[in-house]
Amino acid sequence: MEEKIAIRVEGLTRYYGNLLAVDHISFEVQRGEIFGFLGPNGAGKTTTIRMLVSLIRPSEGRAWVNGYDVEGEPLAVKASVGVVPERSNLYDELSCYDNLQFMGQLYGVPRKERRARAEALLRRFRLWDRRDERFAHLSRGLRRRLTIAAALIHAPPLLFLDEPTVGLDVISARALRQQIKEFKQQGITIFLTTHLIAEAEALCDRVAILVEGRLKALDTPASLCDVAQEREMVEIGLTRIDPGTVEALQGCPGVQEVYEAQGGIRIHLVEMATTLPEIIRCLEALKVPIRSLNTIKPTLEDAFVALTGLDAEVMLLEKGNRRRR
Amino acid sequence: MTDQLLRAGYIALKDLRAYYLKPPLISWGILFPGVMILAFYLRSPIDIRQVIPGLVGLTLLFGATSMEAIVVAFEKRIGALERLAMAPVSPTAIVLGKAASGVVFALLTGLIVTGVSIVALDLPLSEPLLLLPTFLLAATSFSLLGTFVSVAVREVFEAMTLANYFRFPMIFLCGVFLPLAAMPPVLRIVAYALPLTYAVDALRIHFLAGEGAILPLAVNWAALLCFAAILYSGACHLLVRRLEE
Repeated sequence: MEEKIAIRVEGLTRYYGNLLAVDHISFEVQRGEIFGFLGPNGAGKTTTIRMLVSLIRPSEGRAWVNGYDVEGEPLAVKASVGVVPERSNLYDELSCYDNLQFMGQLYGVPRKERRARAEALLRRFRLWDRRDERFAHLSRGLRRRLTIAAALIHAPPLLFLDEPTVGLDVISARALRQQIKEFKQQGITIFLTTHLIAEAEALCDRVAILVEGRLKALDTPASLCDVAQEREMVEIGLTRIDPGTVEALQGCPGVQEVYEAQGGIRIHLVEMATTLPEIIRCLEALKVPIRSLNTIKPTLEDAFVALTGLDAEVMLLEKGNRRRR
Repeated sequence: MTDQLLRAGYIALKDLRAYYLKPPLISWGILFPGVMILAFYLRSPIDIRQVIPGLVGLTLLFGATSMEAIVVAFEKRIGALERLAMAPVSPTAIVLGKAASGVVFALLTGLIVTGVSIVALDLPLSEPLLLLPTFLLAATSFSLLGTFVSVAVREVFEAMTLANYFRFPMIFLCGVFLPLAAMPPVLRIVAYALPLTYAVDALRIHFLAGEGAILPLAVNWAALLCFAAILYSGACHLLVRRLEE
């Protein structure tokens, strides 16, 4: 495999019994980029990561990570990547320092180097003062930081981050995003899964959108936004949004799509000049006062809606049903 | 291969530190078999030396399985097993490392009980140099039984229940409480399908100069080795399946 490609995936598919979790996806991840895997809960993001780090075998298709076949060379794949799972899963009974030492041992880091790296990582993640504290006694944010530090103990060129900011408070999440940008500056390739559209837009060089195990789109956030740009959009701030409001607006001539976003309503329309008066008339008829009205530049969220046909709110839903064999 | 053995060793050391070498577990590993044997002894007092093979055998069994039978299920529950599997460690090395910690702990408790018995009862040992291989084979097969149980279940409480399904019949059928010769033929067949029977038989050779032993030491060793091999292979196979779920 060419040096510049960190991950190559060809027709990767995974069934759990009759449940189709990942459906013939193909893509490449360039070395040094932050590659986002965006999709709602249950879209198949974690399953894809589990296949790429040789934790589970694909039902069909092939993949190579850092040049190693995920099915044929699992130990080489595992040795060449760092993985931060969605759940911070180090050992409760061990201290921060001992957890890093143990991870270093498992990854074959020589003893002297292990100590130096553990200290450097603890300092870098601002955990040095708590090095003797047990993992069980750390806050969620600190546990997350230590889990990321553990994934870096063998200095992997490729890091898998599965929903890294889930469950973190705003400040911790923001700090972690900054950290991810720094990893990129250090030349580490990042494979990031997230269901947070804004996170993918802020961090990723390229984003793949995965829905129900299928790859719906893959491009830079800017190019994906261009898809949504082809249609005009307005965002209307309303004093209240009644259940029937979205439905009524959907029925206005010239309206293509309506969904709730950021406390208002976002409307994709065919042509501003003719459709906007219709929308205003509709809202007046519904007796819903307009608080603000803006024409807007499409975001990745708009692109997501345009490309998948799903409401962006679906990203917040729990894991649901999927297709069966 | 050497790398994987080394990593199995690190897993064993980590488990010993994290789970095993805690005062409650050490005392439980010795106390429970001691109480069982004492209850038996008080009911039908015999020469106290007659109970030592059973006491040591049960200590090895409980030392090897008390934590081993739940550790994989526990780590699966907290996600730490997945963490191990994400590292470049093969499933066979994971099982080896997990079982090794149980073996070390069983040897530790078994040697404490043996040492105290020898000193307190002035017990002579037959084939003393061969005692360690007997201990090692018995502890290995018991620990792998614990690992197998732990990998086979999904929840910690299931592991404890399943472990007791194996442990308690073994206690009563291993020949400690009822001699094999006195058992009905069906129970005797069941007894020979349990590793503790061979461990106790071998320990009789060491502690009682072969009094009451039925099989030669080599046969007991071979049987324990077979149990270990079957349980190791089964545990590895099940672990791969569990990780695929």
